[in-house]
Amino acid sequence: MSEAPKDLKYTKSHEWVRSEADGSVTVGITDHAQELLGDLVFVEAPETGSSLEAGSACATVESVKAASDIYAPISGEVTEINEELADSPEKVNESPFEDGWLFKVKPSDAGELDALMDADAYAAHVEAES
Amino acid sequence: MSTTDAHLIFERSRAGRSAVAQAPRDHAATRIPANLQRKSAPGLPAASELDVVRHYTRLSQKNFSIDTEFYPLGSCTMKYNPRACNSLAMLPGFLNRHPHAPASHSQGFLHTMFELQEMLKEVTGMKAVSLAPMAGAQGEFTGVAMIRAYHDARGDTERREIIVPDAAHGTNPATAIMCGYEVREIPTDASGDVNIEALKEAVGPQTAGIMLTNPSTVGVFERRISEIAKIVHDAGGLLYYDGANLNAILGKVRPGDMGFDVIHMNLHKTFSTPHGGGGPGSGAVGVGERLLPHLPVPHVIEDGAEGYRFATEADYPETIGRLAAFAGNAGVLLRAYVYMRMLGREGMQRVSEFATLNANYLARELERAGFDLAYPERRATHEFIVTLKKQAKSTGLTAGDVAKRLLDHGYHAPTTYFPLLVPECLLVEPTETESKETLDGFVAAMAAILEEAGRDIDTIKAAPHHLPNRRFNEVAAAKALNVVFEAPAEADTLARTGTSG
Repeated sequence: MSEAPKDLKYTKSHEWVRSEADGSVTVGITDHAQELLGDLVFVEAPETGSSLEAGSACATVESVKAASDIYAPISGEVTEINEELADSPEKVNESPFEDGWLFKVKPSDAGELDALMDADAYAAHVEAES
Repeated sequence: MSTTDAHLIFERSRAGRSAVAQAPRDHAATRIPANLQRKSAPGLPAASELDVVRHYTRLSQKNFSIDTEFYPLGSCTMKYNPRACNSLAMLPGFLNRHPHAPASHSQGFLHTMFELQEMLKEVTGMKAVSLAPMAGAQGEFTGVAMIRAYHDARGDTERREIIVPDAAHGTNPATAIMCGYEVREIPTDASGDVNIEALKEAVGPQTAGIMLTNPSTVGVFERRISEIAKIVHDAGGLLYYDGANLNAILGKVRPGDMGFDVIHMNLHKTFSTPHGGGGPGSGAVGVGERLLPHLPVPHVIEDGAEGYRFATEADYPETIGRLAAFAGNAGVLLRAYVYMRMLGREGMQRVSEFATLNANYLARELERAGFDLAYPERRATHEFIVTLKKQAKSTGLTAGDVAKRLLDHGYHAPTTYFPLLVPECLLVEPTETESKETLDGFVAAMAAILEEAGRDIDTIKAAPHHLPNRRFNEVAAAKALNVVFEAPAEADTLARTGTSG
């Protein structure tokens, strides 16, 4: 079983969300997702300043197997993207929950976070899917 | 002679070396006006005839092709390409016909193309066919462009979504986007069918159409196709049939009768024209009543005493237009024509019967050899999915590993990691042209790999061992691909000097 840290929130489409001290949230893909995708070769992040709608496709990750959409877990404005992934997409494979984060969002409605899954619910979701 | 030699023909070049054409030829180039002739020769390799023959023979020996090995590449229909198709398509009358030749000089060719259109109409149940699209992807584009033209012509411009099941070929959502639509994905249920409830929720006044492959990419027939057609039509959308898997139903069921409004066919798959080297292909399209006015030109029509001719924009003012300078890849179309004429109506039925028989035999034998089928309770169509999920966990044997090790056993790999919704999958399509002995040999190789994985996974992880190239670093191949040849600067060995023309 792949790792799923307790302090994060999760989506059914395998993104994770971390609430930061400044009110923003950091978004990435889970260990399970990177395992399924295989070695990443390209990450296309949303543009800084663009606004996201929860549930809509906002980024793309491409691996040696497939290209896959990333869905915005939460609505809001993109405040920062992980610039290092442009040259080193493998960071997502090596460290999906830390160095491999994708982008940060300033949520327009922090209440949307409540709709996301906790680590246990996500683990059950992964189990049910496989 | 080694097949591992990786030299380019440019690296074999030595200044001053040359080959002489064996047959006298007409020096048409000398009739080009002097001011239009180039002033220096192009930088082509200078090599002797023997060097050239050896170079290209070696290259051809590196081919893993349908002419040398079993090639069960799912979704690609790598069937045998009968030699009669080649030789008849190469008849001088066809080969030397100029595409600008007037219709009165081209009745034989046009008649042939007309008959091909008629045969494709008959076998798909559509109202008209255009052979214009040059390949499958262009055929898809053509199909959805016609759907768009249909809605636009009716002033129904609020329809902005194309529904695509998650099992679809990646080209389907790409096509919808290229035609200016948004993609609405719907899930597949556990038995491999489209999730009808999700479809009902997805359709509405925004629905332009649905793109569907039937049988689907998971190798099963979409059982509720009539219900799907009704749901989409009731919402005002149209049904697009991706012809990738037409081989499974040829002569048995017709997409037109299932309710599809438009279909693209890959003549290079179902109708057996060579396509292992990337084409050229043919993405002929067929349409029902609704899309008739929008059919691309040129396509062949019968015009009374004039005989056959190409229809143009004058005949079809609402056509979506042209897709290339001329009407499809003539050489490919001719091969498909010969293939269909050789098979006849009964032969076409045998294609789908033997394609599905071979697939089901292979599926059961692989199951007996210890492999898991993704949809064991379903009868396979012309292809089926094996999942290595269990083996990936127990021994580390992945679908990618099996694919690489099969090459050492002399078999082309099945399609790997597609469709994405089945983990560690191999999509296997034996086609109708393989014998029982070949299928049994493949099962034996698969069983040997499974057995080997239990005792020596490292050898498999390093496979292939017996090919000119070993396992690639796939990340580097994707990220840092470099296929540019740079001529060495110090010694110019190429044939740059000498007279032009």
